[in-house]
Amino acid sequence: MSRSHRQEGPDRLYVITSGRSAGADESLDAVTLIAAESEPAPGMQSEHAEILRMCAAGPMAVVEISAHLHLPVAVVRILLTDLLDSGRVTARHPRPAPSPATPLASPDVLEKVLVALHNL
Amino acid sequence: MHSTTSEPPSPAPDAAPVPLLATAEQALKIAVVGGFGVGKTTLVRSVSEIRPLNTEETMTRAGDGVDDLHGVEAKRSTTVAFDFGRITLDATSVLYVFGAPGQERFWFLWDRLFSGALGAVVLVDTRRLADSFYAIDRLEAQGTPFVVAHNDFGESTHDLDEVRSALDLDPGVPLVRCDARERDSAKQVLIALVRHVRSLVTEGSR
Repeated sequence: MSRSHRQEGPDRLYVITSGRSAGADESLDAVTLIAAESEPAPGMQSEHAEILRMCAAGPMAVVEISAHLHLPVAVVRILLTDLLDSGRVTARHPRPAPSPATPLASPDVLEKVLVALHNL
Repeated sequence: MHSTTSEPPSPAPDAAPVPLLATAEQALKIAVVGGFGVGKTTLVRSVSEIRPLNTEETMTRAGDGVDDLHGVEAKRSTTVAFDFGRITLDATSVLYVFGAPGQERFWFLWDRLFSGALGAVVLVDTRRLADSFYAIDRLEAQGTPFVVAHNDFGESTHDLDEVRSALDLDPGVPLVRCDARERDSAKQVLIALVRHVRSLVTEGSR
């Protein structure tokens, strides 16, 4: 990774989020798929514009956005929450997370995964 | 900022984003956990349709799941890098495979990642079996379905019964051998996990 944020100080992250550390949409999972609903607008913060460009061709998972922006997932969640709040992106959430009450995926989904893995 | 990864970062230039199909709606995840150098990234690379990507999760223990960037400023946080790849399942579904360090000191970072995962693969290396004890304990305690894969890079001298016994593994947990470098071998590990999850679902519905 040539431009890793690991080599950067926290200042850049602080600026990107305007100093915010909370307020991210907690329903955003690492694999929530984000779809762009609008084009980047002039004057928009560059990271927001970059996310819209990235998700224009098709939806992209939160972790993929994070990897391509070289920003931690926590920071990307805050940026995505801004875009969700303004309606510029929509989120396609994974099926409800298994909980102690419903711990496992449905047989249909598992069959689909098996078939796809066999075909790899 | 303290940064930890179990694998060296890729020296290659960044890959351009590869978009999903516009119809993609559902994403599933599988976690691959294991100790340093056991082959997690290799396994992810073997099955991924994109070059594996690397990103970070930054949190503090005090935050208890709440991301705290002020913690970054104060250098109280832990940053863990993880690799992931993806497999398109069909027009509407995609599977993400995450490689994550399994040691105790990282686990608090993975609770969030594992939440909602289909299951986990514990990748073990017989030279450092103890690296996987904690991960196995936590997965059992959480009730997350998992299989154990012995990555022998094609040169094992241990039989699987010895490995099972050394890990004190529950008889119900599948244990398979693999060479994480081989796509087909890595793929068989994921298939073993999904079959195991399916058998748990079937048992549960009886």
